[in-house]
Amino acid sequence: MADTSTSASGTPPEGESRRDFLLYAASAVGVAGTALAVWPLIHSMNPAADTLALSSTEVDLSSIAVGQAITVTWRGKPVFIRHRTDEEIEAARKVDLAELRDPETDDKRVKKAEWLILVGICTHLGCIPMGQKASDPKGEYGGWFCPCHGSAYDTSGRIRKGPAPLNLAVPTYTFLTDTSVRIG
Amino acid sequence: MSGQKFDNKIVQWVDERLPIFSVLKESAVDYPTPKNLNYWWNFGSLAGFMLVVMILTGIFLAMNYAANTAIAFGVVEHIMRDVNYGWLLRYLHMNGASFFFICVYIHIFRGLYYGSYKAPRELLWALGLLIYLVMMGTAFMGYVLPWGQMSFWGATVITNLFSAIPVVGDYIVTLLWGGFSVDNPTLNRFYALHYLLPFVIFALVFLHLVALHTTKSNNPLGIDVTGPQDTIPFHPYYTVKDLVGIGVLLLIYLAVVFFAPNFFGEPDNYVPANPLVTPPHIVPEWYFLPFYAILRAIPDKLGGVLAMFGAIVILFFLPWIDSSKVRSAKFRPIFKQIFWIFLAVCLVLGYCGSQPPEGQIVVVGRIATAAYFLFFPLLWVLGKIEKPKPLPQSISAPVLKGASAGHAAQKMEKA
Repeated sequence: MADTSTSASGTPPEGESRRDFLLYAASAVGVAGTALAVWPLIHSMNPAADTLALSSTEVDLSSIAVGQAITVTWRGKPVFIRHRTDEEIEAARKVDLAELRDPETDDKRVKKAEWLILVGICTHLGCIPMGQKASDPKGEYGGWFCPCHGSAYDTSGRIRKGPAPLNLAVPTYTFLTDTSVRIG
Repeated sequence: MSGQKFDNKIVQWVDERLPIFSVLKESAVDYPTPKNLNYWWNFGSLAGFMLVVMILTGIFLAMNYAANTAIAFGVVEHIMRDVNYGWLLRYLHMNGASFFFICVYIHIFRGLYYGSYKAPRELLWALGLLIYLVMMGTAFMGYVLPWGQMSFWGATVITNLFSAIPVVGDYIVTLLWGGFSVDNPTLNRFYALHYLLPFVIFALVFLHLVALHTTKSNNPLGIDVTGPQDTIPFHPYYTVKDLVGIGVLLLIYLAVVFFAPNFFGEPDNYVPANPLVTPPHIVPEWYFLPFYAILRAIPDKLGGVLAMFGAIVILFFLPWIDSSKVRSAKFRPIFKQIFWIFLAVCLVLGYCGSQPPEGQIVVVGRIATAAYFLFFPLLWVLGKIEKPKPLPQSISAPVLKGASAGHAAQKMEKA
């Protein structure tokens, strides 16, 4: 201890800044190291490999009659597949973009006009809108009606009335054949 | 104490209402620590560091685990293969238990060598042993969760220990199992307790620290601090020293995690639990081996169980069994030798516990068990007959050799 005290009192001012440098350098390494160590903990909460492996779903469309709709599960979410009638397609195309809250033409929302494929989650607060079954209320615009807060969607899945801000989302999908589609 | 203690106004405002900053300053910054602590004093903070690592990795493992006998084994493999960095979390947690025990064992033997259990630190010692006991329970139940063969049969053997208790033994075992064998209810309650107990340990560590900061740290000379010239503030001197220790610990711990992650494990635990087949050689985790050896050394069921628990319980009475007033083994020539023999006996017991109980191992195990228990009466006698070496006047005195204590105090004030 005696040694330390004598050398400390005789240290030139440069020694102070070198000590400061060591402190800052050590702190920087410590902060960087902690950040690197925390990342695996956080990343472990992201989807695991088996969850990611289930990220696409194939659907056979051949059994869906015109005017009928089915719901399939994709990434744990409902996906609506509606085989639209000619009247529904016509109604969706006729809409004036100016009166839409989230303007989008029907052409942009489908790959084949008779098949409307949507993520069946209301863009307001995540409820599942009604309108898949024949007995369900379909809302004023003949598409879907969300029972939670009264949002109504048209035959292209666009928001027309109620609190929801956006149209029902269109998932990425590809037609493998004329009657089968892969979602995701 | 109503004066301005902190420059920062917000800190000051909070501190007047909730003195977290004052307490932190008193116990982690200004805390007067003996200036002669050696590196053996690092292991308390290292054990605390390991506790934090275990709780952190454990929480994230728990997010991916499911305590159900039908899927538990598969879910652990799912963590290993599918969960992002799941292999790292599990290997950190698995080996972390071993390194936690390594730190705690060194910490305990340091306390033994330097007489840290003696007055006025009896409760500090007892709290430490309580932490150790809860740790053993936590580690045991954690080992059951992967639901491999060793998990299942370890749980079966250890819970069956309680069946040795006369009259009520079988009822207690049924109560522990929640059935008639180790099964789904057992796994579920073990998981619940394995999550709870680390926080109990955390609370006990807090009390351990309160007791430590009341009686203050012991030191390698084992003599009391005589004044400010014998101490240095905890920060930066010991914070930096503890960080060095953490760096070294991490090097070794991570080397095992990355290059030999199954070093401490048993291959049998990668076989799913099968209630109809016992593995040919059941061994507990290495940190239980000495007690396992004591259990097997006594050729009587109840006697073995009593001896095993007694081996830990007797440590609680150590402050009163040891009749010597001198703390540090530095000044106790005979105790110093007995200490190393005792340490060797514990290691021999550990080796015996790892071997199948056949032939010479049984004999060696019995001799070592006898030696373990003989240590305690010997300590009592030794305190009466041993002539300790002269103690230095103060912590500063032997460092400054020729210089007087008064001179040393002046030097300190100048610095």
